[in-house]
Amino acid sequence: MAEYRALTPKRLLLIASLLAVGVAAPLVLPAYQLQLTELLLFIVFALAWDLVGGQMGYNSFGNVLFVGLGMYGAAIVQVGLFYDVGLYNAARGGGTQFVFDVPQFITGLALGIPAAALISAFAAWLLGSLVLTMRGHYFAICTLGLGIAAGQIAAGIPWIGAGSGMLTPNPPEALGDVALLLYYLALGLAITCALTFAWLLSTRFGLALNAIRDDEDKAEAMGLKTHAAKVTAWVIAAGFLGAAGALYGNVVRFIDPVQTAFAGATIGVWMILMALLGGKGTLAGPIVGAIVFQIMKELFWTYLLGWQRVALGLLIIAVAVFFPAGIVGFIRERGSAKAKEQNQ
Amino acid sequence: MTAMLQVTDVTKAFGGVVANDAVSISVPQGAIVGLIGPNGSGKTTLFNAITGAQAIDAGSIRFEGQEISRLLTGEIARAGIIRTYQQPRIYGGLSTRDNMLVSASIRRGSSPSLFRRANAKAIAWADELLDFVGLIEKRDILAGDLSFGQQKLLELAMALSNEPRMLLLDEPTAGINPILIDSVIERLKVANSKFGLTLLVIEHNMPVIMDLAQHIYCLAHGSLLADGTPEAIQNDANVLDAYLGAA
Repeated sequence: MAEYRALTPKRLLLIASLLAVGVAAPLVLPAYQLQLTELLLFIVFALAWDLVGGQMGYNSFGNVLFVGLGMYGAAIVQVGLFYDVGLYNAARGGGTQFVFDVPQFITGLALGIPAAALISAFAAWLLGSLVLTMRGHYFAICTLGLGIAAGQIAAGIPWIGAGSGMLTPNPPEALGDVALLLYYLALGLAITCALTFAWLLSTRFGLALNAIRDDEDKAEAMGLKTHAAKVTAWVIAAGFLGAAGALYGNVVRFIDPVQTAFAGATIGVWMILMALLGGKGTLAGPIVGAIVFQIMKELFWTYLLGWQRVALGLLIIAVAVFFPAGIVGFIRERGSAKAKEQNQ
Repeated sequence: MTAMLQVTDVTKAFGGVVANDAVSISVPQGAIVGLIGPNGSGKTTLFNAITGAQAIDAGSIRFEGQEISRLLTGEIARAGIIRTYQQPRIYGGLSTRDNMLVSASIRRGSSPSLFRRANAKAIAWADELLDFVGLIEKRDILAGDLSFGQQKLLELAMALSNEPRMLLLDEPTAGINPILIDSVIERLKVANSKFGLTLLVIEHNMPVIMDLAQHIYCLAHGSLLADGTPEAIQNDANVLDAYLGAA
């Protein structure tokens, strides 16, 4: 808790330079704009996973549920405001009759992203009352099942394109560089997410989540409203996952129910890996983890194509064996070990 | 005068083992009451029943006139009964001071106060109690790195910071450095007199409980064997028999 207490000049400078890098990055590295946008969304995924998995100790394997709900939710709002969703998907979003002009596209995004956040948050509230009464392995398996089931259900609903998936609205050419717009929206979301979590973790609510992680029965016996705290954390995380999912759908442009929206085997695992790689239960960890992961992923996919998943698997093993506390956790452990030595 | 805590005919069985057999005890407000008995006599089971950790099979538990035997653990805690454990339970991943801050009473404010930072007053209150149990120097250390005895003291301070109306202590001096035991007793007495805290204490250390408690209940094989003043208990033939075997 102590770590987020003061905004020292040094810390302000760090934040300002990070912000400058964030704003300048796509202009300096236009070739990597898509990867940078993806990275920002990965940061949100990892942070949101860590709030519940790291800070609260509830390891969820089904957070893709909220990503997918947000992805579909936003796309449906973006299309549904102006056209019949069923007809749009039946025509695979094509033809001349499904054209979005600039105000329509912008309105769709402006309403679709908050709607996605609300849909995912509401789903988390509904499910949380049930799922969060389970602990440990039971919670993990249950959430894994939820994520898989959601993909299969989505693949069976013709209204949203069923197994053939759904296209997000075609951006009008008059709008110019939509990719850049999406990048800055992702940047805004990542910053909002990081600041919100920094604030949450500096309050007694953050302490309560840690208390639940360390000994939930004790927390309950001390009068903390543990169930309400758990559901609240889950709902907040889901809201951010939903908003990130909304942007992700618009970035990749095509929503496949199993490969993109409820992609347990890729995004679902990656967000956990990023949090573990950086250091779970810390604020900086998921951010650092997402950056390192995205670089690794791009390197593997570029230079080890065909073997990229093997390389990724080895990375997971290496993290689990050599850096169980993650990068930030490792640095912190060394720091505190040094401090202990100096004390003696 | 009606008792603050009135346990009447509480029965709890685990399969064929009757851990509590129609046990009745009564704790007046402001008192220090002891609960003794050989290992396996049902003392901790009774604590679990009072704090709602395990549902009872029969009987009644009333706290300040309210029936609490069907309430959930958290509701009982918020009603004002806090317990400590034989094996101290603290939040190992949090600093000692953060353990205090998260344990501070929520009865003073509504739940939205969870979304505030601990203010100077809360930190001062945490530090005052850490000082009270002699752990102020350890405030920035991870609670999981404290020794067993220090964790027991921290757990006591956490319980006090919650400002309960009644505190249930399960062997507060077990595992604590013998040199520190006297100061723990002293602090419990101060908590009782200064904070007006009612105490129900399980203890195996006879000199400790004889010194601390004003009234003692003795359990054996799940039933109440005797109760009375420390002097009366010390001279009770049934109690001596239960501890030492028939002469």
